[in-house]
Amino acid sequence: MIYDLVGKRAWFFVVSAIILIPGLISLALPGGLHPGIDFVSGSIMTLQFEQPVEQSALRQAFADLGHSEAIVQRAGDGTYIVRTTTLQAESRDAVGNVLSGSERQRVQDQLGGRFGPLTVPTFDQVSPIVAAEIVRNSVIAVLVACLGILLYLWWAFRHVAESWRYGVCAVVALIHDALAVLGIFSILGRLFAIELDALFITAVLTVIGFSVHDTIVVFDRIRENSIRHAGESFEDIVNHSLMQTLGRSLTTSLTVLLTLFTLWLFGGVTIRNFVLALLIGITSGTYSSIFNASMLLVVWETKKFGTLFGKATGRVPAASGA
Amino acid sequence: MNNQRNSLFIFFTIILAVASIIIDWPQKPSNYLPDIIPWPESQGLHIDIFNFHRQGFRLGLDLQGGTHLLLRADTSKVAPGDDPSSAIDGVLRVIEKRLNAYGVAETIVQKSGTDRIIVELPGVKNIEEAKSLVGKTAQLDFREQKTIEGKQQYVTASATGTDGIEKPLTGQFFKKAEMGFEQSGKPEILFEFNPEGAKLFGDITTRLKGKSLGIFLDDEALTTPTVTEPITGGKGRITGSFTLDEARKLVIELNAGALPLPVSIEEERTVDATLGADSVRKSVIAGEIALVIIVLFMVLYYRMLGLIASTALILYTLTVLAVFKLIPVTLTLAGIAGFILSIGMAVDANILIFERMKEELRTGRTVASAIESGWGRAWPSIRDSNISTLITCGILVWFGSNFGSSIVAGFAFTLIIGVLISMFSAVVVTRSFLRIIIGRKATIDPTMLGMPAARPGLEPARAGFSS
Repeated sequence: MIYDLVGKRAWFFVVSAIILIPGLISLALPGGLHPGIDFVSGSIMTLQFEQPVEQSALRQAFADLGHSEAIVQRAGDGTYIVRTTTLQAESRDAVGNVLSGSERQRVQDQLGGRFGPLTVPTFDQVSPIVAAEIVRNSVIAVLVACLGILLYLWWAFRHVAESWRYGVCAVVALIHDALAVLGIFSILGRLFAIELDALFITAVLTVIGFSVHDTIVVFDRIRENSIRHAGESFEDIVNHSLMQTLGRSLTTSLTVLLTLFTLWLFGGVTIRNFVLALLIGITSGTYSSIFNASMLLVVWETKKFGTLFGKATGRVPAASGA
Repeated sequence: MNNQRNSLFIFFTIILAVASIIIDWPQKPSNYLPDIIPWPESQGLHIDIFNFHRQGFRLGLDLQGGTHLLLRADTSKVAPGDDPSSAIDGVLRVIEKRLNAYGVAETIVQKSGTDRIIVELPGVKNIEEAKSLVGKTAQLDFREQKTIEGKQQYVTASATGTDGIEKPLTGQFFKKAEMGFEQSGKPEILFEFNPEGAKLFGDITTRLKGKSLGIFLDDEALTTPTVTEPITGGKGRITGSFTLDEARKLVIELNAGALPLPVSIEEERTVDATLGADSVRKSVIAGEIALVIIVLFMVLYYRMLGLIASTALILYTLTVLAVFKLIPVTLTLAGIAGFILSIGMAVDANILIFERMKEELRTGRTVASAIESGWGRAWPSIRDSNISTLITCGILVWFGSNFGSSIVAGFAFTLIIGVLISMFSAVVVTRSFLRIIIGRKATIDPTMLGMPAARPGLEPARAGFSS
């Protein structure tokens, strides 16, 4: 069976737009992303109480401790995740006499007195200097990754005419995937107050890598077919390349998604958002490598975006599929 | 010739599998494998030739519990003409000495970037104390009173050294410090100067006889006794209002020396050991389930080919784990996620080969030639796509090590190892399995490969596109 995917390219761009636009709007509106302490500095801790504690009571307790800005989230039975501004370290005079105790210890003691025994399974604190650097390095990392991929594809496809187009289209597709992840997380952030941490950057970069991985398999086929079927129209070459790689693309993505889904179910809460970002990104990556990257190549080559209805191009798909 | 190569390959595969299982075998298998079978417990591994001794995987702090600190040294305080990088090395050495003396096991103190220091403290109970121990400059100096702008102030006392150069008297001339007790039972600190310090101390106490000599730590006065007699023996004591604990810490700090540069704690991440153990268990279970699902999926979808791929995949998993243990790679939660993801990507190489092989079979090739040309045609895709993943991972490693995030670097590093071994697995293992198991068949039942049963005259259409 041969479908005329290339002829319907306009539709695929529309689908991308439908997925991307709500996320982009959410990103553009104030409070688009909930950056975690890795990006804006502060403290985040998990508190585990032995006795049941009301969320509002815990919030009040933090306000009494001078942290009315504390964000208190329930994370299971008697477990809360609390984010505050940076807690002051212990300060001592030269001899080692404690001038003012560590704020963290004080918080822990006060909460213990108020709500009964508790443990602090995790405690993270990031200073503003490091937070600013993480933001800067994240942006640099994404840009350098794009540039590296662009240059590599340009080189890898050097025997094809205008090989730099392949690099550019692959990068456009990966930006699509990065935006899909960011946009959906922006909406999820509004709904469920999901925060972004350094691990999220790792997820975005992995999505970028995987998206290009997928795109290259399709491009590789286009490269091969361009040489073996030099007489055919570019649209037909791309369409056949897509059909030939479709089985592989779907099977591979399905395997990876199955793996990720298992991780999401059984891998524990700590990495759940990380895995969710990968799930979204890799789904988007499969879509964009089939329906965006190669379609963009066609648009670039033929200077035609295609149409949604009818056959304005008058092109008849070359294959008479069985 | 072919047979010889095949037997060699089978031999090599078995050796690799057995070696990997021996290396991978957990100390308490019942933690990770269904406990219906009494699995033998491993005693750890001892191989004398390489002086090799490995008990378990090296776990990151998020898995074994502990505190990760990121320190920044204030390089603006480097003395003019001094090399900032060697000043940082000095900070590292001092912190290491202090932690060793404090008695924290398996600490990691390493440089990150230009002015960052990563300190990893597994299993420390009193984190605040450890933090103040790591971050304190502990610059001790001896001061005399001088009148500056009409005010009495303490300034660092100096004297002429044995080489004729004027030197300020600081803690750097200490030979050692130890804890003692006053007659009242209060703790005090006894110190002894090296010969150079003893000369300076002797000269200064001679000069300041009857006057006040201040002992300052990080610009705060510890004690300001009056010199009654010149002290030429190079020994002295610091009495102050120390508690036992404070005196003990001060001794550690004085013996380790002062930090050459002041440091500040920029980042702290603490994970409880219980939570870490829980994460390990969950990740292992998730990995095992993922592997079973992939194997089921591959066998159902690709039949015989799926069986080959699954064998290659299990061998791949065993090899990667063995490499993790041998290097050793510090496994973090993100690292384990990266590894499980790499299993999914390793499958891709197999799928690419199989799909190409099936295409070649459809064009009417023999089984043997379909294997060879299918593999040959799949290879550029496998190579190019994996290289692009390696490029991204390389950037991640750089990104991670630059701001001291072991999470990001750990993830990328495990993925790099996974991608490299998966390429090897596709090139050597899968291809050889294919050759040995189905390569010698003249014809093959398509259903065995997960293809629809052959229907004569119904070859998939290649109209207008056949070569």
